[in-house]
Amino acid sequence: MHLHRLERIWLTFGVAILAIFLATVTTAALVDGFVPPSHVQSIDPAKVSVTPPFDKPGLHKLANGSYEAYYVAHIFAFDPHHLVVPLGAHVTFYVTSLDVVHGFSIPETGVNTMVTPGWVSTVSHTFRTRGTYLLVCNEYCGIEHQTMADTIEVR
Amino acid sequence: MSTTNLGMFEPRPLTRELAVANENILVSAHIYTATAALVLGALFGLLQGFARANWIVMPAWFDYYRVLTTHGVLMALVFTTFFITGLLTFSTYRSIPRVRHVALGWTGYIVMLVGTLVTALTILSGNATVLYTFYAPLKAHPAFYIGATVLVAGTWFVAADVLMNVAWFLKNNPGKRIPLPAFAAAATFVMWIIATIGVTLEMCLLIPWSLGWTSGIDVELTRMLFWYFGHPLVYFWIMAAYLIWYNVIPTTYKGKVFSDALTRLSFILLLVLSTPVGLHHQFLDPGISAGWKWMHTVLTYGVVIPSFMTAFAIFASFEIAARRAGKRGFVATIRWLPWGDPVFSGSALGMLLFLFGGFGGIVNTSYSMDVLVHNTMWIVGHFHVTVGGPVALSFIGAAYRLVPAITGRKLFAPKLALAQTYTYFVGMLLMSTSMHVAGLLGSPRRTSDVTYFGAAGAQSWHFEMVTAAVGGTILFISILMFAVVAVGTRFRDVRAEERDEFAFAGTDEEAMHTPAILDKLGRWACLALVLAVVAYAGPIHDQLSQPHYLVPGMRTW
Repeated sequence: MHLHRLERIWLTFGVAILAIFLATVTTAALVDGFVPPSHVQSIDPAKVSVTPPFDKPGLHKLANGSYEAYYVAHIFAFDPHHLVVPLGAHVTFYVTSLDVVHGFSIPETGVNTMVTPGWVSTVSHTFRTRGTYLLVCNEYCGIEHQTMADTIEVR
Repeated sequence: MSTTNLGMFEPRPLTRELAVANENILVSAHIYTATAALVLGALFGLLQGFARANWIVMPAWFDYYRVLTTHGVLMALVFTTFFITGLLTFSTYRSIPRVRHVALGWTGYIVMLVGTLVTALTILSGNATVLYTFYAPLKAHPAFYIGATVLVAGTWFVAADVLMNVAWFLKNNPGKRIPLPAFAAAATFVMWIIATIGVTLEMCLLIPWSLGWTSGIDVELTRMLFWYFGHPLVYFWIMAAYLIWYNVIPTTYKGKVFSDALTRLSFILLLVLSTPVGLHHQFLDPGISAGWKWMHTVLTYGVVIPSFMTAFAIFASFEIAARRAGKRGFVATIRWLPWGDPVFSGSALGMLLFLFGGFGGIVNTSYSMDVLVHNTMWIVGHFHVTVGGPVALSFIGAAYRLVPAITGRKLFAPKLALAQTYTYFVGMLLMSTSMHVAGLLGSPRRTSDVTYFGAAGAQSWHFEMVTAAVGGTILFISILMFAVVAVGTRFRDVRAEERDEFAFAGTDEEAMHTPAILDKLGRWACLALVLAVVAYAGPIHDQLSQPHYLVPGMRTW
């Protein structure tokens, strides 16, 4: 099937743009590790409260100086409340749900992941600015969904 | 004698004239049902806009999330589906004229209507506040899942009617091409049938669970089955809009379809590539490894190509017609186009909105970039400037042509119809831009109130929510204008002196030859199924090979 010359140019241009985009996101993924949160680890949602480390939600310092934060999402709150994080800390969040699907989002940072019962989600962030960050559930979870928010204080 | 009495009970012989009359009644039933859903859905949308701007608070007995569920279901599943089934039926019937019965088509319509009513009443009664995505383990009343399944099953009857008419054509016209509008309708329905496999399988899990026959549900599996269906659902809307853009819009400026072959190729590519892309809605889901998500990024980029082809074909059709009328150059061509015809302006303004929709869509599907916009108001802005813009506005514009053609009535208040398309464009541009900006500032979607008790980070979102509500108000008024035209046309009942002999656009005589392989829809359907299996077998296998847990249902509203 023959294509009009102008259409060939147009489609070549379009496909080239897509190829550049694809090369960009792929390079970012392979070189800088920019991949969407894709942790594959299941957990029994009925036993979260007795499954370490989710039995003690909160911030844990690792030997290498970075931090892990374990969060349990449930209707309509996050546990722990008001996490305090030292300035400059590199924090990896591990989040799971006790009940329905929730979201875990800290607006204006790259922290954003779905939280589904039966699975553990992870996402990392380095807190370089002092202040109080808002943490919100960004997936509808029930009638009080709009109240499902918390704060993270960086100091 | 008795024969004179019996005579009145003898069925009238089915003539082509009577068949057309029957066809027209069926198509107008679809179009008017879609219109009713659109108007009602718009009212619920307006309430949401006002609630998020903090102008009103929805009462506990009719809460925000019930409004949101109704709006989503009415707009995404009812308005679009009824308009599309009507449009595809019409395109097939008109481009394959024959003396036909429309019983199968009516069966489809009635089954769809029953499913819609059951679903809508379940939502309105507060027993299914699960939003239009109905993510388990939120557990709605079984009537919600059953009603939605019946609605989908109704579309299969309509699809069967269209495909059987195409088969009849091929049998009786050996060696001939399927007429282009019927081809587009058939390709759209083949894609739709493949897509609905996903939601049907999901319902096979959800219905027994909601009835209490099973104790738990695999949450991630239902999400994957939903989005296996959820993204091609988007292409069901877009293919119908493209059908209008290719086959109807050129008639408004006495133009032609740019290329028969390339039009068919676009629909084939959409048929093949619409399904294996659903994971880009689940980029942030746990339990799906980054590699599979990357694969769906690549495939989603692939499905952009038929849209590039469509953009070229539309502008080529504009330019060729303008040149024949003695106009040359970009500005002259644009000015020459019939901006005073609401059929044209509806689609053309929709195409303008689709530019933003396309740009935003590429951001959403660009893998890790999705982290910045996922479940923010950006996404809401995106689907309003795609399904809410190009698709809905093209449908409305096309209705200004279809309804007079099928009812033989004159369009009521054509100037109001014209003003409607422009006000819609302005309202949608304002609303969706506000939503996009709010999303970039981090405002979450699907939330009744984004003030978060006055939290500092949330204050920057308020202004955008107000401008979105203003845009939503303009949109609501515009949809009321459409309702006035639709209802006025029906009840003012002015018969046109000459019936509008609806004809689809012809193909340009200079166009190239169409390869026969493009008409072999069965083969392309097989390829589409193979790709769908390739795209989903890996991620589903990965999940099922992990220890995975069934979750009991909850009613959290």
